[in-house]
Amino acid sequence: MSDTGVVSVVLAGVGGQGILLASEIIAEAALLSGLDVKTNEVHGMAQRGGSVIAQIRFGPEVFSPLVPEGSARVLAALEKIEALRYYRHLAPDGVAVVSTQEIIPVSVSSGQAVYPADAEFRLRKVFPRLVLLDALEVAGGLSSPRSANVVVIGAVSHFLGLGEEAWMEALKRRVKPAFLEANRRAFAAGRALAQACRFL
Amino acid sequence: MEKRLLSGNEAIARGAYEAGVTVAAGYPGTPSTEILEALSRHRDQVYCEWAPNEKVAFEVAAGACLTGARCLVTMKHVGLNVAADPLMTLAYTGVVGGLVACVADDPGMHSSQNEQDSRHFARFGKVPLLEPADSQEAADYTKLALELSERHRTPVLLRSTTRVSHSRGPVLLGERHPSPLKIGFEKDPPRYVPVPIWGRQMRLRLEERLKKLAAEADGSPLNRIEWRDRSLGIIAGGIAYPYVREAFPEASVLKIGWTFPFPDGRIREFAAGVKQLLIVEELDPILEEHVRSLGIDCIGKELVPAIGELSTTFLSDVRRQLEGKGKSALTPFPEACLDIPARPPVLCAGCPHRGIFYALGRFDVVVTGDIGCYSLATFPPLSRIDTILCMGGGISMAHGMDRAGNPRKVVGVVGDSTFFHSGITGLLDIAYNQGTSTIIVLDNRTTAMTGHQCHPGTGMTLMGTQSPVISIEEIGRACGIANVVTVNPYRLESVKETLKTALESDQPWLIVARAVCPLAAKAKVGPVLQVNQERCIGCGACLKLGCPAIEGGTGKPQVNPLLCIGCDLCRQVCPKQAYEERKGGADV
Repeated sequence: MSDTGVVSVVLAGVGGQGILLASEIIAEAALLSGLDVKTNEVHGMAQRGGSVIAQIRFGPEVFSPLVPEGSARVLAALEKIEALRYYRHLAPDGVAVVSTQEIIPVSVSSGQAVYPADAEFRLRKVFPRLVLLDALEVAGGLSSPRSANVVVIGAVSHFLGLGEEAWMEALKRRVKPAFLEANRRAFAAGRALAQACRFL
Repeated sequence: MEKRLLSGNEAIARGAYEAGVTVAAGYPGTPSTEILEALSRHRDQVYCEWAPNEKVAFEVAAGACLTGARCLVTMKHVGLNVAADPLMTLAYTGVVGGLVACVADDPGMHSSQNEQDSRHFARFGKVPLLEPADSQEAADYTKLALELSERHRTPVLLRSTTRVSHSRGPVLLGERHPSPLKIGFEKDPPRYVPVPIWGRQMRLRLEERLKKLAAEADGSPLNRIEWRDRSLGIIAGGIAYPYVREAFPEASVLKIGWTFPFPDGRIREFAAGVKQLLIVEELDPILEEHVRSLGIDCIGKELVPAIGELSTTFLSDVRRQLEGKGKSALTPFPEACLDIPARPPVLCAGCPHRGIFYALGRFDVVVTGDIGCYSLATFPPLSRIDTILCMGGGISMAHGMDRAGNPRKVVGVVGDSTFFHSGITGLLDIAYNQGTSTIIVLDNRTTAMTGHQCHPGTGMTLMGTQSPVISIEEIGRACGIANVVTVNPYRLESVKETLKTALESDQPWLIVARAVCPLAAKAKVGPVLQVNQERCIGCGACLKLGCPAIEGGTGKPQVNPLLCIGCDLCRQVCPKQAYEERKGGADV
């Protein structure tokens, strides 16, 4: 495929973690930056505690809403093994932003499968450019545990090259006014964590 | 003009709004649900309703359009099967105000029981079919479909797919253009009454209309040729187009947006201008077979999969094969990503359905299931649904098994919205034909799976008005079922007792298991529980509930306080009274 200047992002997590809102914020920020945008989100059955992904693509002209395998600039996950599950989407030089939450699937509780005890080790092994953070703890520290998704978006934003103003306006447009201030702080905290990361 | 990020579904609603639609009806179904929800935000200008099923919704729109109103009717692909009856004949009588039936297919079966290609209905019903590829087109094509419908007096199908409906893209917002037609039905029996003498005339007019439509489709900008390198030309319809543009950026493309009647002239012109012709369409080879019927040689389903969704990744592989490079292996998964536990969707923590399926697990019965969240009870550890077919099928199939002489008792399970959709006639059949099945309506007071839409049992309408709460119990009695009981699905002992009575009787029973969907109510059922680790013996009895709030696997189970909503089922199944109220209450 030719280089079309399209940036792709994949967000992964478990139904109910706020992936949809996170996806909307990124897409809005790209649109506000004057770019073409396409996104895709999973609805319906998959939202009942299942594994979910959202895909966001922006650039001068975007055709498909789906991220081709091996092309995402950022793969962000709100749960450890969900990052491993969507490994294929990330470009070889892409960045994985992973929050260290561990949500035990029913398949594990009912004894049909085992949750890998070495999930963090595996993450470090397969993602050479990895930002590992505990978004829930960061959000909890800001007294708004519900904004863990926005902490992750803050970290992701560092790698997308969109302007600060676009992000702030996107938050304003997509977050309920009552939660805006908390989400601004969550975003800033996530962004600072990513800025502090140095890859080899 | 303002540009806004809209999903395909929101864009269809926007298009309908701008085109002056005044009546819209549908039945929720993924991936179509959000169209009507979005349109209902304009309820001051557009009458919107959730009908009990798609056939009713279609007929509501059919009636409305004969008064001159512009109408939209929405459904998922299997919903069009239900609405097929009125569609087939409305094509004969025709419309007055524009009528667009929007059907959303689900290639890949993300949230559906089959993968049918609804494009077949266009040819079957002899009605035009438009297929948008993104949100902007979804809005534009909806407007165009309404205009076509009104001008040619035909219903028009607008076909979306999951990736069109649930993808977002920028859409230019336009003004609303109200219809100039005055509302009022004008009597004209030869036009609206398809008794044979007039129906045969309608049949002839239908064919004439199709010819005119074919000529128009041929010249339509919706079917456009993009000349680039002519060594390869690709015909692509709907969502296949963006994938083709990414995987074959230099190829010439005939983009098909108006699929039926087929644009034969364009197809011939395009085929003549390229060296090699490839047809890329999701699901069935509908375009491909038509191209071949024109005597044009092409490559199609021998390379492009007919099963599941397409994607740029898939088409890159098609390209490799076309170039003789062989099938590429997908990016290999490193070992670290291989043995990851599956995370399929599950019944939510505190779901009232869980109590019923757990209780059913205590009896040696066959359970015929239906369409809804409760289909998730098919999987371990509950494993308590044995069949699923279609909306309402859970009731009638139970009777069929019973009448065939199945040695085990049969229990039919159906949701409340599904019961109103097409369960009532099945229940009537059981009473009329003196069956003995036990039918359970899982009444969680909402259409849960599709995101909590109202229905006749909820006392609310899509217009935001209150309406009488239609009683499932009263319907059961009116159908002739003598044994109608209501149970609380969170009380396992009483559920089991009721089931026992019903299953031991030689009469049909209707059990209404009523508890509000906690996800819809956004409220806890009771105090959050925790496991007393000293009393717990690790027997695993609670894990048989399959509750996502109870985390097990290693050591003794723990309750995730963020997920637990205090339904109390775990406390009821624990043999050692190890479940107790969480200290500090719900504060986490």
